[in-house]
Amino acid sequence: MTARITQPTVSPPVLQMRSITKRFPGVLANDRVDLDLYAGEVLALLGENGAGKSTLMNILAGLYRPDAGEILIQGRPAEIHAPRDAAAFGIGMVHQNFMLVPTMTVAQNIVLGIADLAFVPDLGAIETRIRELSDRYGLKVDPRAYIWQLGVGEQQRVEILKLIYRGADIVILDEPTAVLTPQEAQDLGRILAVMQAEGKSIVFITHKMAEVIAFSDRVCVLRQGRVVATKRTADTNPRELARLMVGREVLFRLDKRPAQPGDPVLTLEAVHANNDKGLPALRDVSLQARQGEILGIAGVAGNGQQELAEVVTGLRPIKRGKLLINQRDLTHCTSLEAIHAGVSHIPADRVGMGSVGDMPVADNIVMKAYRMPPLARQGVLNRRRILDFARALIDVFQIATPTPQTHVKFLSGGNIQKTILAREIDACTDLLVAVYPSRGLDVGATEAVRRRLLEQRDEGRAVLLVSEDLDELRTVADRIAVLYEGRVMGVVNAEEADVETLGLMMAGASDPVIGDAAADPGTEGGRTQ
Amino acid sequence: MKLELRKRESISRRAAIVVPLASFGVSLLFGAILLIVSGANPLQTYAAMAGGAFGSVNGLTEVLVKSIPLILTGLGVALAFRMRFWNIGAEGQLTMGAVAAAGVALFWSQGMPAWTILPLSLLAGCIAGAVWAGVPAILKAFLNVDETLTTLMLNYVAVLYSEHLYYVAWRAPNYNSGTERIPEFAWLPRIAGRAHAGIFIGLAIAVLLWAVFRYTRWGFELKIIGANPTAARYLGISIARNIVVTLLVSGAISGLAGAGEVLGLTRRLQQGISVGYGYTAIIIAWMAQLNPLGVVLVAFLMAALAVGGDQIQMRMRLPASVGVVLQGMLLIPMLAGSIFREYSLHVSRARNQESRIENREDTDRQEDDAVDGEAAETGGANGSSRSRGTGGAAGTLRSGGTEGSAGSLRSGGTGGSA
Ligand SMILES: Nc1ncnc2c1ncn2[C@@H]1O[C@H](COP(=O)(O)OP(=O)(O)OP(=O)(O)O)[C@@H](O)[C@H]1O
Ligand SMILES: [Mg+2]
Repeated sequence: MTARITQPTVSPPVLQMRSITKRFPGVLANDRVDLDLYAGEVLALLGENGAGKSTLMNILAGLYRPDAGEILIQGRPAEIHAPRDAAAFGIGMVHQNFMLVPTMTVAQNIVLGIADLAFVPDLGAIETRIRELSDRYGLKVDPRAYIWQLGVGEQQRVEILKLIYRGADIVILDEPTAVLTPQEAQDLGRILAVMQAEGKSIVFITHKMAEVIAFSDRVCVLRQGRVVATKRTADTNPRELARLMVGREVLFRLDKRPAQPGDPVLTLEAVHANNDKGLPALRDVSLQARQGEILGIAGVAGNGQQELAEVVTGLRPIKRGKLLINQRDLTHCTSLEAIHAGVSHIPADRVGMGSVGDMPVADNIVMKAYRMPPLARQGVLNRRRILDFARALIDVFQIATPTPQTHVKFLSGGNIQKTILAREIDACTDLLVAVYPSRGLDVGATEAVRRRLLEQRDEGRAVLLVSEDLDELRTVADRIAVLYEGRVMGVVNAEEADVETLGLMMAGASDPVIGDAAADPGTEGGRTQ
Repeated sequence: MKLELRKRESISRRAAIVVPLASFGVSLLFGAILLIVSGANPLQTYAAMAGGAFGSVNGLTEVLVKSIPLILTGLGVALAFRMRFWNIGAEGQLTMGAVAAAGVALFWSQGMPAWTILPLSLLAGCIAGAVWAGVPAILKAFLNVDETLTTLMLNYVAVLYSEHLYYVAWRAPNYNSGTERIPEFAWLPRIAGRAHAGIFIGLAIAVLLWAVFRYTRWGFELKIIGANPTAARYLGISIARNIVVTLLVSGAISGLAGAGEVLGLTRRLQQGISVGYGYTAIIIAWMAQLNPLGVVLVAFLMAALAVGGDQIQMRMRLPASVGVVLQGMLLIPMLAGSIFREYSLHVSRARNQESRIENREDTDRQEDDAVDGEAAETGGANGSSRSRGTGGAAGTLRSGGTEGSAGSLRSGGTGGSA
């Protein structure tokens, strides 16, 4: 039951949610949830995929209306019907999918949608104010930069600035660190500390226990829509939190047998490719992944990982160099040819690329397998088989969905990711390109995915694992290649890789001791933005 | 008072049915205003319209006559729209279909066995329509040329070309406009009045397309392309190829509409082939939510509206323009109403009084602004009611339990805050 503890402070909570209930067709997303938030605290909201965290916070932000229950702000009942109402109460939320206009500048985005803005806004004054705030909170951004020029980490800072600019006292961050590099996550921690010192209250959703322990004062754990515990962070530990979330003991153990590499599946020979802006993104990349081996790709986001995955899967043209899959030249292949060659791809962008939100879960699951018997014959789909096929994978991958017909856009973030994983891992026959596969997954699901990657390896497939999580790379991968500015700085064996060396290589230092020949020191010039 | 649209939290089955019905009601109201202004009795006029369309065998067959091209072009447009290809060229595709069908029927009759002429003419209509849609498709697929412009411009080309043919090149010697009558063995048989066998072709294609969308790989791929082109590319679905193939089929269906007009109705190429069916088809496709079976239904209703509209000129002695304006007037709310499938309308008053009106238009539900602080419970498993005494009192009225929030009506005061 609820273990409510009293805050040592005398002041009453700034925000109280009382018995909030929210039902969606087929699911009880929030079941009589009570939640208190005090001034100047960071509250971590923890729970499995689909536990109802985003729903609860969306209610607070005015996106959903609760079926029952009430919200009190400063002790007084508050009716929040729309985001504008939430803003009026000083509540601001950063959603997991950012809501910025790419063709506008940072400053324009920050003031966009402010109700009482002058007809011709004084952008100069606005920029000055933004600079002030960004200095105060350590949110480094250039107000004149266009959004499309910014990386995810910077975009997130813009989102936070937007809230602060509008005077939010209650800041909700929905899985802010899922898309951040470890370094950026550290920076975010510092920003939170400044905001906290100013008396702002923060709700922070994450699946990473280390962040809960490092950043939060209290933790609230949700399970299947209910609050199962609220604790002071100091009084608990990751193991207990995991148990509370899942409802049973969680074993953090991965059986990893030594790799038994066979023939090369993926071979890249001196590959060059451009990014979307037409600038070089991959330079002279030579890599090989063999049957029964996981090749990890480490690097700070934006150093060519995304482009590497797209080149291998036929989504991005190769300018120079060669791509071989199972010794076959597929340098100029289409994505369909890559699929037919047995390549599966878990893309980084699960909503924009990996899934079709307006189609059912079942359809999304068969989006690779629908071409072949038994799901289709002579171009005619067998709807019954498709449903059975989908049901089986929903079961195996534990996708929480009311029905197989539910549209994917109504699933929780982690369950969308699981839908993609199910489809891609099932369809894989030769090479699995997995880009941040555990992003947004809860602890249990993360372990399950890692186990599946190893399973794929042990069944003789090659896996290309792109990740920013060095621990993940070291536990799962067999060899790790480090990308920096589109170059391979070196390839190291996972057992021999220590975080320090990897970190140095990710920052651009090619290690002469273990770095291999693919890295080409001495050509450091031309950093592209 | 402030009006506000809010996105629905989840898909509402009820909205899908209630919204069109409510829109239709509002349409009738709007039309009534127009009629009163023009000095006619709205009830009598509507009765005359209904009577004109459905009240006699002749009226009904005329509705069928107009339904045939509307169904076919509606299907052609809906197919293209499924993959977000904005083909607004059904008019031109229909016209070229008519031209090609007439050409084959008129000029190939000599050398060929008579029984081949009808199928060949129909085929020619398909091919001409396909070519007329295929050109913009290829331009879009390979050069990324905007299809709205190309399809629209080709309409003018087609219409002017057909005029050239029936006024000049193919004109029958003793006519001002119009070709010779096509030989009888090339006629599409009539089934009742002027209604011809084209209706069966239309219905068959509708059912076929419905099955294609639901049960074939092609339909599945079209849906993916329409819903998320980036995902389609990632899944190995060729967008360029699908654009071309789909548009060839889309144009062929519209071309068939034109062929049907010539072979089944006018029996010669003449003025009146191009009367805007291809534009009405766009409205039909939208109102049918791109569902082929829906297209049949909506096309039939539109045809009835047109036939009924023509009737009121005669029966009510209203100027011809009133009939046309009325038709337009009836359409606007129907189209505008479609937004309420995804959004719900909220009315908020000053002093934070707010009322939420879902699934219906503002006009018929004003009384739900419960300003008196009363709370009422109207059934529903989890429908709850509370009244709260803060800041000017407000009541909460909710209905509809099982569908979740979809059908809830609520008015509540935003108490507290300044
Ligand atoms: N708009 C919606 N319509 C229908 N169901 C929804 C909707 N939004 C959420 N749900 C359902 O409510 C449940 C809770 O979802 P929610 O997004 O709150 O989970 P979460 O705790 O944020 O999970 P995750 O860690 O995966 O992001 C899920 O079962 C989800 O399918
Ligand atoms: Mg979530």
